[in-house]
Amino acid sequence: MEVDTTTLKEKKVNPVITFLQRIPVIYFVMLLIFVVIGIVQPNFYNSRPFFGFLKRAAPLIVVSIGQMFVIISGEFDLSVGSLITVCAAVAAKVIFNDPTKVWEAFAWILGIALVVGLINGLVTTKLRVPSFITTLGMMLILTGAISIYTRGAPQGGVTDNFRIYGRANIGDSIIPIALIVTIVVIAIAIIIMHYTTLGRRIYAVGGNPIAARLSGVRVDMVKTLAFVLCALGAGLGSILIVGFAGMSSLIIGKGYEFQSISAVVLGGVALTGGSGNVGMVVAGALTLQALFSLLNFLGLPLPIRLTVQGSIIIGAVALAAWRDIRKSD
Amino acid sequence: MQETSANNKPILEMRDVTKAFPGVVALKDVSFECKPGEVHALVGENGAGKSTLMKILTGAYKADEGTVFLHGEKVAFEHPQQAQRAGISIIYQEFNLLPDRSVSQNIYLGREPRGKIFIDEQRMVLQTEQLLNELEVKIEPRTKVGELGVAQQQSVEIAKALSLEADIIVMDEPTAPLSLYEVESLLALVRRLQEKGITIIYITHRLEEVFHIADRVTVLKDGTLVNTAPVSEYTSDELVHHMVGREFDHYFPEKADPENIGDVILEVRHLDAGKELHDISFNIRKGEVVGFAGLEGSGRTQLARVIFGADHFYKGEIRLNGQSMRFRSPVEAIRAGFGFISEDRKKEGLILGLPLKPNVSLPSLDSRQFLGFIKRQEEQEVVEEISESIDIRAASKRQEVQFLSGGNQQKVVLAKWLATNAKMLIFDEPTRGIDVGAKASIHQLIRDLATQGVGVMMISSELPEIIGMSDRVIVMHEGRVEAELNSDQMTEKDIMLAATGTTQDNGVLTGE
Amino acid sequence: MSTISGTSRNFFSQVQEIFNRIPNMGVYGVLVLIFVGCLIFVPNFGSPENVRNLGQHSVALGLVAIGQTFVIIAASLDLSVGVSISAMAVLASLMMDGRTSMMLPTVLMVIGFGTFVGLINGLIIAKLRVNPFIATLGTWLILQGFLFSRFDNFAGGVPREFEYLGYGQIGPVPVGVIMFFLVAAGGQLLLSKTRFGYHLFGIGGNQQVSRLSGVRTARTMIIAHVLCGLGAALTAVFIVSRLRAGAPWVGETYTLDSIAAVVVGGAPLSGGIGSITGTVAGVLIFSILNNIFNILNIGAFAQLVIRGIILISVVAFYSFRLRK
Repeated sequence: MEVDTTTLKEKKVNPVITFLQRIPVIYFVMLLIFVVIGIVQPNFYNSRPFFGFLKRAAPLIVVSIGQMFVIISGEFDLSVGSLITVCAAVAAKVIFNDPTKVWEAFAWILGIALVVGLINGLVTTKLRVPSFITTLGMMLILTGAISIYTRGAPQGGVTDNFRIYGRANIGDSIIPIALIVTIVVIAIAIIIMHYTTLGRRIYAVGGNPIAARLSGVRVDMVKTLAFVLCALGAGLGSILIVGFAGMSSLIIGKGYEFQSISAVVLGGVALTGGSGNVGMVVAGALTLQALFSLLNFLGLPLPIRLTVQGSIIIGAVALAAWRDIRKSD
Repeated sequence: MQETSANNKPILEMRDVTKAFPGVVALKDVSFECKPGEVHALVGENGAGKSTLMKILTGAYKADEGTVFLHGEKVAFEHPQQAQRAGISIIYQEFNLLPDRSVSQNIYLGREPRGKIFIDEQRMVLQTEQLLNELEVKIEPRTKVGELGVAQQQSVEIAKALSLEADIIVMDEPTAPLSLYEVESLLALVRRLQEKGITIIYITHRLEEVFHIADRVTVLKDGTLVNTAPVSEYTSDELVHHMVGREFDHYFPEKADPENIGDVILEVRHLDAGKELHDISFNIRKGEVVGFAGLEGSGRTQLARVIFGADHFYKGEIRLNGQSMRFRSPVEAIRAGFGFISEDRKKEGLILGLPLKPNVSLPSLDSRQFLGFIKRQEEQEVVEEISESIDIRAASKRQEVQFLSGGNQQKVVLAKWLATNAKMLIFDEPTRGIDVGAKASIHQLIRDLATQGVGVMMISSELPEIIGMSDRVIVMHEGRVEAELNSDQMTEKDIMLAATGTTQDNGVLTGE
Repeated sequence: MSTISGTSRNFFSQVQEIFNRIPNMGVYGVLVLIFVGCLIFVPNFGSPENVRNLGQHSVALGLVAIGQTFVIIAASLDLSVGVSISAMAVLASLMMDGRTSMMLPTVLMVIGFGTFVGLINGLIIAKLRVNPFIATLGTWLILQGFLFSRFDNFAGGVPREFEYLGYGQIGPVPVGVIMFFLVAAGGQLLLSKTRFGYHLFGIGGNQQVSRLSGVRTARTMIIAHVLCGLGAALTAVFIVSRLRAGAPWVGETYTLDSIAAVVVGGAPLSGGIGSITGTVAGVLIFSILNNIFNILNIGAFAQLVIRGIILISVVAFYSFRLRK
């Protein structure tokens, strides 16, 4: 006999509190971090350093938004870091210091991202390999492939008209082009998730793939498209990163898979899928990048970032699991 | 049939047990007792409370009121393990076995015999052999359970109960997955257990088994005790009568006027699917509600899923408005105008974490988009209109549907398909777990849909619902259409008899 | 009719036994094929020094793979073994710093460290109910952060006597191989003949059923992870003896390689099935692959590509097989 365990809850609560309760926690956390930074390093909020921070955060935001699509659909993508490195290396080799080749490089990046995303998606959905294995394997393949391709040392180089996206500002102003790019990406992501059928279906597939299927959603196709979007995010991210760094290297993308997952998780998006939004992910990415800056200001060595990420990931999942257990009691 | 032992004091007594879940009272003041060494059948419709009662006995649930006495002493189990240690074992329909481990490893899981450090495998195998011998079951103890057939796996479960030195073994629908031949073996096994002095509580729908094997039978109905009596005092007719006779708790909408019933909209011919469905044929016409009755496991849900494209069938034909169709996925079925309201709305019908609008518009997204962009205005209007017309009550439009009451959740599921302008709707247990008020409104909705020309296939285990709503009833039994009854013929008794596969022939019972 | 009486191992039941072991037969079959193939086609493969090399390389991967076998059978996973090994190698080499007096305390310390990390993993997974992938990914990142923030190169060094572990021989057999053999035998006994082993298969096969049967699921899981940490510790001790000093990257490849070896050896990631003997076969296969890559001068990066493809193919193959 089916048991009806829910009843309509009618509460008379202070609407202000309800409003505050509805805001995802990450925004408060982000506020807190920025306040703390302001205390530790007041210079941070001068225009130059602050926009510099945004420029540095831009690639992480873009890549995290890509990862968001996959995570909301209920999967993971561990190959983004190596994909970034691949795209960077290919761009360098294609351009080879010739500014006319920049558009060709963009085309290559687009193409590679599409193929990698498709393979990730198809292997996960059709061969039923768990996504973390698929993308882990892809990560190995890409890492190996790129080193073979470049024969161990980055070849060629990018030109300024490639770098501008990551490095330059608009004209003489203080506003980085990267910021504009990021805002455009955010807008596109919001449009996809909230205004298109694909976005709706991604939420449905992540929330309950069985019900989604019975409601006529092509689950496999939706998940594959999510992987493609993620790969595209990585491709775009690589353009911004190379621009910022000035050149590509064999480890330029290293760690972005964990950083993007940490940002998404930090933002409060459930790792099981089906919930979350772009704003949370952007806040998560900004907070993570701010955390890194804070660690810097406090004089902590670079690798400690990894420790922070690991703790965030475990903490977020444990918290969610704990909340789930409390709900069902 | 065995004579019960000389000792007539009950080994088990459950007194005035009451258990309620939010919205529904599963058991009310039910008293149940067993004499040592008897086979005691427990019968009742789906939802009568049999499972709940047994779950309380074995410690999976806690009763709200009432007491349980075992061997004359009061007990209150909080965990199935406690009940197990006290000598009560239950064998569920889904076996609790590890397919990759051997028979002996499964039986002794958690209680492996050991020497100083290592497990005494020889002793384990020997003891297993002894158990299997006692049951006269021929299985090599080292075989992996996954390689055994269903009947054999069941024997392993029984052997496990025996090894736990159970005094009472509860069997929940044990013959459901078995073939005729295997049923005979099982019944013989039950007799052998009885010879050892073990008490068996035997839950079944198959009345012929009750008459074959049980000493006494207890009938539950709607969570209350109807009667407990020796089997010899019953005929099958009377038994069924006790299982189903009841009063209506609300009035159903008027049935269809025969003049308003139109052409055939859905035709199913000689449908065969896997092991579950055999040679199914029926029609559904515009304007009529066709009820599908039957016991759990009779194949109704499977039939619905096959028609909807959620599972595959391999033989037969399905025609919608004269056109032959074969759906390979729900996507195709939906495009052709089908809708499916499944029996488990939380698992299959709703995306619990999302609010009303995305849930309702999900199946019909394609008809309301342009180049991939959702026509939001249109969507909002349609969702609002439908929600109001069927009176979905939610505290706020933004609220996730998991917070709605069962009745409202079911309405959301219905709204989904209304938004697709479906021509043919399949309902599976449409009012399960819903309060009376919401039930009535959903019934009215179903009738209205039929009147508007939508074909309705309604699967239900609640006989009043079947009788009150259907213009025609198709009764299924073990994957086949057992009977088709029109308005004059549909009485609870006739439906139940067909559902259990028993047909009367001059008052003598003929089983299947 | 009664069943086969007594414990007579007549011919039919023996044949049945062998057939039941077919999953392992498959791996060993592949192993033999590869080995013979290499003997024929790869130059120098069969030379005694190469075989000895093969043996030594199998030891390092083998010890940690044995530990990984326990957690995988429990339907869990340990992604932190690689960084844990690196950390322990650095720790060992710093602690000993060339002094023989510190050899024993160091080994004890390393074992303590490894089992401690395993304990933490086990607790997070069993008590905090965090998914094993996430939990061990987290400990991986946490450890890596600490490790790389303090070290970026080799540190300390082992005393000459310690090298015996990695280079010494008893008769024709390297010490390491003997150690590996003993650990493997012990592990297999643990799996197939103790309550812990039986319960491990139980929780990997179906946690619910096991819990209902009285198995202490949390405790079993935690012990499995502790054993995995122990395996990592043994590998760390061995490789620091081989390398003569520890550096923060020495353990990197062992995470994925140990998982791959276990899966190739016949233990699906879904749990409930597996054996040490299977894992050993898997380890040998990967060692041979590594070995011929080196002989044939295939670059480290091509190896990565091939490893990635193998990993995906093997998992896909096993998940296909299980679904049928």
